Amino acid sequence: MFSIERWQEVFQTIAKNKLRTFLTALSVASGIFILVVLLGFSTGIQTGVKTQFAQDAESRLSVFTSVTTKEYAGLNPGRQIQMKIADYENATQRYGESFDNATAIVQKWRLQVNYGQEIGNYRVQGIHPDNQFIENATLTAGRFLNQNDVDEGTKIVIIGQAVKDELFKQEDPIGKTIKLAGVNFKVAGVYTDPGGQREEQRVFIPITTSQRVFNGGNNINQMAFEVSMSENFDEAVALSKNIAEALEADLKATHRVSPDDENAIRVRYNLEEAAQIYGLIDTIKAVFWFIGIGTIIAGVVGVSNIMLIIVKERTKEIGVRKALGALPSSIVGMILQEAIFITAIAGFVGLFLAVMLLNQLGPLVESDFIKNPTVDFPTAITTVIILIVAGALAGFVPARRAAMIRPIEALRDE
Amino acid sequence: MIAIDNLHKSYKTGATSLHVLKGIDFHCKEGELVSIMGSSGSGKSTFLNILGMLDEADEGTYFLDDTPIKNLNEKIAARYRNKFLGFIFQSFNLISYKTAQDNVALPLYYQKMARSERLDRSMHYLEKVGLADWADHLPNQLSGGQKQRVAIARALASDPRVLLADEPTGALDTKTSYEVMELIQGINDEGKTILIVTHEPDIAQMTKRIVNLKDGRIIDDSTVNQVMASAHV
Repeated sequence: MFSIERWQEVFQTIAKNKLRTFLTALSVASGIFILVVLLGFSTGIQTGVKTQFAQDAESRLSVFTSVTTKEYAGLNPGRQIQMKIADYENATQRYGESFDNATAIVQKWRLQVNYGQEIGNYRVQGIHPDNQFIENATLTAGRFLNQNDVDEGTKIVIIGQAVKDELFKQEDPIGKTIKLAGVNFKVAGVYTDPGGQREEQRVFIPITTSQRVFNGGNNINQMAFEVSMSENFDEAVALSKNIAEALEADLKATHRVSPDDENAIRVRYNLEEAAQIYGLIDTIKAVFWFIGIGTIIAGVVGVSNIMLIIVKERTKEIGVRKALGALPSSIVGMILQEAIFITAIAGFVGLFLAVMLLNQLGPLVESDFIKNPTVDFPTAITTVIILIVAGALAGFVPARRAAMIRPIEALRDE
Repeated sequence: MIAIDNLHKSYKTGATSLHVLKGIDFHCKEGELVSIMGSSGSGKSTFLNILGMLDEADEGTYFLDDTPIKNLNEKIAARYRNKFLGFIFQSFNLISYKTAQDNVALPLYYQKMARSERLDRSMHYLEKVGLADWADHLPNQLSGGQKQRVAIARALASDPRVLLADEPTGALDTKTSYEVMELIQGINDEGKTILIVTHEPDIAQMTKRIVNLKDGRIIDDSTVNQVMASAHV
């Protein structure tokens, strides 16, 4: 493998077939190039989607209500279903064991919020303390609201980073007083959310405060839970599904909604979507590998082809070598080395160009579902291994052919 | 040096079997210079191929330097060829992209000899055939006679027990043929056993013994008064 002689021979034969070698190398290089770029993008899609899911807890389960669409038990369709705090208490009582976190939400879509001269319109949510984890919110200053705030109905507010930036600019907001629809609240904390701007343009207040200040009575708009995760993803999905169905049935019974009314009470759980999208990503990945490998196979067949022609052309030479005492293994080694050399060099060029392209282009691609497409080290190593195996495969058939050349036939003078 | 008894060889072509060698007995001592003659179809090429371990006999025994040559697999055949035999071909069969010296060094490469020693040895044999100044030339920069002399140097390089030459002058003009024969005679005088297949009577006369093949049998085996090639050059 490392003898100078052997390498000289490899270079000499390549030099004799420049164009052919170049074209073959090109097909291998483009194969690897395409494979690596595709894999880079599939990583990008994965990162993008993971970020999308990170805006809320992975196993979030939410309950919304709307108007009925079906007549049931003598009640007309078109009736607005209003959840009460009692519904939330029932749910936590029944399924509390399976929940890591739970909150009821009283929601005001747009309320005027002002701090001194600065005014903005934001979504205001009355919540339980657990909402921090269900929202995947991280505090950057102060504290989140706690059970005591809920029990006492304190007038404190936790504001999103975007709200802080807009109302307070560089000022420290903690302890400052802001007005929500004219009512004074003290800022207790600032949070960020992986969901970004949209999720951070909200303010949280204790649910009891919200009921009292905004005259909501016992009405709530939403319930959200974080279902306990188990080690097994499929089991976790199944658990979410069971709770979602049971909860939906309970609420339909309480509010006298037809069991097959799909609009009035809606229970959504993130894991279902996650499972679907992760499945989709796996499919995309498989397709990318398939395309990439297919392209490499085309390249490998090219290398194999050129090596076969070379063997054919060198039949006589190989015969002479055998007559001079060359072992079959040394002939096989010669052909294999050449094939592996061509595929390896071409493949590394393809790999290098693809990594360059991803490095240059990666940061520029910023859609919601593709984020920073890159090739990680294991993937690069995998492609390198594929290359070497491909080279060996490409050389194998021609090498065998060469090893089987009988000197007596090769040397026959016409 | 060579002891062959009752050698048979037939080739199967489809349903018919062609009996090429029909019981050859051939013995040859060290230092002999033998020419094997015969018209085409007489079986002389087949005989040479078997001598050269490029082909195997169906029947009969073959001893080369007291080593039985039979049941050879590719690996052993390659080793024996390298150790026992030097080949000289009609069409030279030099490797076109290697210099004269690298061509001569090739059998030594397959003996796994170190590179520097290989180059020393090959230079020595190039000197012996009078082509030391041409060591760096590629085969296509050499004349036919020069190519054949490089080939002879290559055959000698591994210091084999026997040289096998298949029509060594077949592609050369008369003058060059005699020059090559002069070289071969010189090598024989140093004690090397040499077998030459030829159909040219004048070349055969320059050997010490002529074996005549016809229809797969030796019909004549006699010593001759060797004509020295140097007399014709």
